[in-house]
Amino acid sequence: MIYPVVVDVTLRPGIADPEGATIERALPALGFAGVRHVRAGKTFRVEVEADDETGALAVARSLAERLLSNPVIEDAAVRVESR
Amino acid sequence: MTRVGVVVFPGSNCEYDAQAALRELGADVDLVWHTATDLSAYDHLVLPGGFAHGDYLRPGAIARFSPVMSAIADFAAGGGPVLGICNGFQVLTEAGLLPGALQKNRGLTFISEPTTLVVASTRSVLTRRARVGQELVVPINHFSGAYTCDDDTLQRLLEGDQVVLRYRENPNGSRDDIAGVSNEGGNVVGLMPHPERAMSTLVGSADGRVLLEGFLGLEISAARG
Repeated sequence: MIYPVVVDVTLRPGIADPEGATIERALPALGFAGVRHVRAGKTFRVEVEADDETGALAVARSLAERLLSNPVIEDAAVRVESR
Repeated sequence: MTRVGVVVFPGSNCEYDAQAALRELGADVDLVWHTATDLSAYDHLVLPGGFAHGDYLRPGAIARFSPVMSAIADFAAGGGPVLGICNGFQVLTEAGLLPGALQKNRGLTFISEPTTLVVASTRSVLTRRARVGQELVVPINHFSGAYTCDDDTLQRLLEGDQVVLRYRENPNGSRDDIAGVSNEGGNVVGLMPHPERAMSTLVGSADGRVLLEGFLGLEISAARG
């Protein structure tokens, strides 16, 4: 089976986020007065060949931890994309 | 003669500057392609600046998987002196050979300018010929140069005397003004500034010499300029 998996990479709490901060500073000028606490991140979509969903998620988690994120500053979450 | 290997990744662009600077100090310097697996010919290794593997994903993230990296890790584990400059520093943190990480600069600006560094420790191979508190003018040239680590790591760095260089005026949002750190042994050092571009007062500063001379284990030269 081929499973479509989404990997979300976000900065760990407490790690400075210059991208999020810059976006947040631009919001009032655009009229988004009620939007706060912007945190920028990255999303990866991959297709994983595996026997079942658990296996696909295990592969994606390993990929996320070894390459797609830097565990020193980032967290990674994996989920199978609903079709 | 001291033999130095300057490791070149696809996208490195400061290897010739590093080679020229180290040759000027009397070293025999080879450029070593990133597929090399035998580094036994070298006494010192340098990972130069640039954009290894295009800096795709994160600076250093893909370079960490280059074949040469396990030989570099072995060399470092054996106590060999390893210096990562700018992108080389980013590669060493991604590879886990140095603590912490480099993030995008505060304000998201690319910064290219001379900075004044303050020597924070002389326990490392890079700063062993300098004095604590000595100020050195060395240029920076980076977008992702803000040093970042968690509280525990910072505490360990301070206790272990592993913060090697600080910026006198923080240009990029680096935590605790950190410009360079070493591993516990002091033989692996990374810094964002470019000492190889501060070899002559003709181009603004010769303050990089004391760092690279220390790295090569040389006495400080009397002649400057």
